[in-house]
Amino acid sequence: MKYFRLVWSNLLRKKTRTTLTIGSFAVALFLFGLLVTIQTAFNQGVEVAGVDRLVVRNKISLIMPLPLSYEEQMLQIPGVKAVTFATWFGGYYQDPKNFFPQFAIQKETWLKMYPEFQVPKDEWSAFLADREACIVGRKTAQKYGIKVGDRIPIVASIWGGVWEFNVRGIYTGARTEDDTTQLWFRWDYLDERRQWGKGTVGWYVVRVENPDDAMAVAKAIDERFANSSWETKTDTERAFAAGFVKQMGNIKLLILVIGGVVFFTLLLVTGNTLAMSVRERTGELAVLKTLGFTDVAVLWLVLGESLLYSAQGGILGLAAVKLFTLHGDPTGGFLPLFYLPPSKMVLGLLVALATGAAAGVIPAVLAMRLRIVDALRRV
Amino acid sequence: MVRVDGKGNTGALVQVRSLDKTYQRGSQEVHVLRGLNLDVERGEFVAFMGPSGSGKTTLLNLLGGLDLPSRGSITVDGDEITHLSGPKLAAWRARHVGFVFQMYNLLPVLTAFQNVELPLLLTRLGKADRRRHVEIALDLVGLSDRLDHYPRQLSGGQEQRVSIARAVVADPTFLLCDEPTGDLDRKSAGEVMALLERLSAEFGKTILMVTHDPRAAERAGTVLHLEKGELVEGQGGS
Repeated sequence: MKYFRLVWSNLLRKKTRTTLTIGSFAVALFLFGLLVTIQTAFNQGVEVAGVDRLVVRNKISLIMPLPLSYEEQMLQIPGVKAVTFATWFGGYYQDPKNFFPQFAIQKETWLKMYPEFQVPKDEWSAFLADREACIVGRKTAQKYGIKVGDRIPIVASIWGGVWEFNVRGIYTGARTEDDTTQLWFRWDYLDERRQWGKGTVGWYVVRVENPDDAMAVAKAIDERFANSSWETKTDTERAFAAGFVKQMGNIKLLILVIGGVVFFTLLLVTGNTLAMSVRERTGELAVLKTLGFTDVAVLWLVLGESLLYSAQGGILGLAAVKLFTLHGDPTGGFLPLFYLPPSKMVLGLLVALATGAAAGVIPAVLAMRLRIVDALRRV
Repeated sequence: MVRVDGKGNTGALVQVRSLDKTYQRGSQEVHVLRGLNLDVERGEFVAFMGPSGSGKTTLLNLLGGLDLPSRGSITVDGDEITHLSGPKLAAWRARHVGFVFQMYNLLPVLTAFQNVELPLLLTRLGKADRRRHVEIALDLVGLSDRLDHYPRQLSGGQEQRVSIARAVVADPTFLLCDEPTGDLDRKSAGEVMALLERLSAEFGKTILMVTHDPRAAERAGTVLHLEKGELVEGQGGS
């Protein structure tokens, strides 16, 4: 700790250079944090997917419906414990940029299927009692200032017209990562009001008796409806969510490539800055050694500088991402769970420190190996 | 008493025996020091003079454990330093040697106080004790009012006095001064030499100094001349 002032003083030697170096770290870590946030947002569905839930959709495409009659038939299949269904509404609230997911749900079975979503009992009863009722997720309610008792208009881009709903409740998630941006309303209301597609649902969600049998049950469901007009494709919820992410391309690879390029560039920039700084201070380092500082102490002094650069830049960059994500999804609903988890912040800081150490190691070793008499001769 | 014949008192503070230093310059071998002997008693103030390239700085570097001889031995206060490894030699330097350079070599990013404190960072002294030692050292060199000044805010003479305070702050066994007045005007040089003289006379510090300046050399108790890598006794100044 008593050497800290010495290391710190060296950082203040050339303030512009130090600011730019810390700035480059901050920008890189901001980018890293942002990419990780996006990746987390994409993968959140996969992370929180229930292990005992299957998603049954039309084999041709997710946008093709399935008949309502399948509910009863699926309940007959051995291993199936419960079934619910939903239909994508695809509307927006007041303005096209105010997008959040709206589902027409099976009101009797939905909450039993998703115990992670919590709605106060009285609010749920009010929802069941009102045909035009809806339940709004906490995040969306906060974002648009929606309260219980409001009557809100949703412009239906698929079904046409403006649909008005009475907000009867606000749901919350049991975990931070649970999606609370959705709006649910009653499927029977949708089916009654829509002009086409009556008697169909978007997809089914099936709870299996035993998660170990999930694949067998999925196979049985698809076999049951094989060669029908509405063939099915059944996946575990996790596989379904992962497949959805895959449609967006290989996000992980993209993040790794961009992140890798940024960090490699950063490594070169910081390494060069440090090497320049060490070269400029050859005489001073030799003086320190003359006074009795060991080679290893000098190595740590230089490495300490690099770590200080990276720690400050890292904290700045990650703090900026955190602030940025506090405003929530910047895409208008495409990434509902847009936040930087604390674990990723720690990871970011570790990455910054590792980058700092990697950038500093060569200049530090050069400083360590410096021969006093040679260096003093150059002063 | 200083001797250069290798027959000095075994209790001498510094004992140099048959010291050789050879450099390889391309394919040529350059003998800088040849079979050099030296005995310096505690409290002596010795000046080394000689033309450029005679090996004065090389000798100082060897005596300070900054470089290793090609042959021979150096014993300081009973410790033979020529066989010490890197970390041990660094620890030995921290404990026994105070260096004063021609160009002062203060760290520009540190204040006078912080520069003088540097050698004490290598000791076990606490913050308060370090402060006390630094204040005493800066007071000794007459700069107690310049504690928070950076080197750029000091004159050359003041910088050199800070560098002397840094050299003595940890109370080393001896001081090695390489052209301490080489970069100073006559007045500042006189002040620096008076200070070194005082350290020798009042505080009994052993000082080995390399200089080109005859006025500086005459302040020393003994003047030795280095010629073609060999030491020759000269005339003492004061």
